[in-house]
Amino acid sequence: MARSATINPLRPATGPVALLIGTRKGAFILRSDRTRRNWTLSAPMFLGHIVHHVVLDPRDRRTILMAASTGHLGPTIFRSTDLGKTWKEAKTPPAFQKAPEGQEGRVVNHVFWLTPGHPSEPNVWYAGTSPQGLFRSVDGGITWEPFSYINDDPQYREWMGSVQDGTPDGPKLHSIIVDPRDPGHLYFAMSGGGVHESVDGGRTWTPIVQGLEVVEGFDASTITFHDPHCVRLCATNPDRLYQQNHCGIYRLDRSEGRWIRIGNNMPKKIGDIGFPMVLHPRDADTAWVFPMDGSTVWPRVSPGGKPAAYITRNGGKTWTRQDKGFPRVNAWWTVKRQAMTADAHEPVGLYLGTTSGEIWASRTGGSGWTCVARHLPEIYSIEVAELGR
Amino acid sequence: MNVSIPTPLRSYTAGQGEVQADGTSLEEVLVTLDRHYPGIRFRIITEQDTIRTHIRIFVNGEQVQHLAVPVRPDDHIHIVCALSGG
Repeated sequence: MARSATINPLRPATGPVALLIGTRKGAFILRSDRTRRNWTLSAPMFLGHIVHHVVLDPRDRRTILMAASTGHLGPTIFRSTDLGKTWKEAKTPPAFQKAPEGQEGRVVNHVFWLTPGHPSEPNVWYAGTSPQGLFRSVDGGITWEPFSYINDDPQYREWMGSVQDGTPDGPKLHSIIVDPRDPGHLYFAMSGGGVHESVDGGRTWTPIVQGLEVVEGFDASTITFHDPHCVRLCATNPDRLYQQNHCGIYRLDRSEGRWIRIGNNMPKKIGDIGFPMVLHPRDADTAWVFPMDGSTVWPRVSPGGKPAAYITRNGGKTWTRQDKGFPRVNAWWTVKRQAMTADAHEPVGLYLGTTSGEIWASRTGGSGWTCVARHLPEIYSIEVAELGR
Repeated sequence: MNVSIPTPLRSYTAGQGEVQADGTSLEEVLVTLDRHYPGIRFRIITEQDTIRTHIRIFVNGEQVQHLAVPVRPDDHIHIVCALSGG
């Protein structure tokens, strides 16, 4: 694949930060200045809509796309070109191909994931849906088409499994990643259905699941059984990926060719189950997770009712608990896979949103946490919008 | 013919609860509606041309299940949002 020879390390951001928040009842923007000390919450946008993802285009820092639906109405994408002041609906939202007569076709239930394209492709966006589908826009999100062949490919359809193989609110295609060195080098993940890579701009795809575990008693060579929750690629070392999986925390160095379960180095009483995976913007050895209880019937809440993030600074060899500022007891939080993220400041700011509607922030890379918003609807996603460097 | 628009779809019709649309079948009426109010059809009809799970459509008070249903100029079409949870 064509790749540039060097990666320029990202400069730390210094400008104001905004958090783009998707909730079960609408979208919000939580704005701060460059100090990240004081936060102001917007009025709700599209109140009552189910908003799975809200993402700023880092290429122009003005365009925002929002994946939305309602309890009644079909899925759509709203688009703003003025940082959320005004919105227009996509002309043709992501939709599967109409099935031939006599065959049962699939229906997009909701758009789950949005990823801006490579900087060299300024109007390209990717979308992942539930049930699993991969879509692309080449006009900034106004019109969408199925991308690549996977939506209708018999092998991929088998790997996608049935609705029963997916997450409770529908199986999802997520974690669409574009290699910063090469617009044709792409990844996506499916819950369920594994992690997949293309090195030819989506013409062909290959599963990359070597080393990943599946639920005990199932065959790890069956792609359907793999359930990656969140996959991230290191901006400053794109040959390294991290993953929070249904069955643990993993790191993949492409030179090694297989996923390593770095979650085995987490404290045994905490375990390595969770949804989000957050990476440092400039240090490929530093990452955060937010563990949840995956014991017995899988409560999927903070273990023991004591919320904590865990940080590794050495690629997963060791983990350190970060709970300063969080409630000490009786806080049964769930943080979904899109609901924890980092900014690009120095020190790095971390942000997480709970399904109980609170947003917690750390201006110090997780060493201390403060609640910066509460009483929101169930939080599905938080994305950082860097409004200056 | 008259088409009743439920409140969740009135952002497309500039707040109007009743609009006019022509056609000899429900499908044609919905295509006409979408021409006047772009995007409205996909919110209620899937890409497989089925009525979405929590949408009901009535012609003269009779619920219809598919888009090929013939309609006449004096028919009244009601689009209704069914219960969809809290």
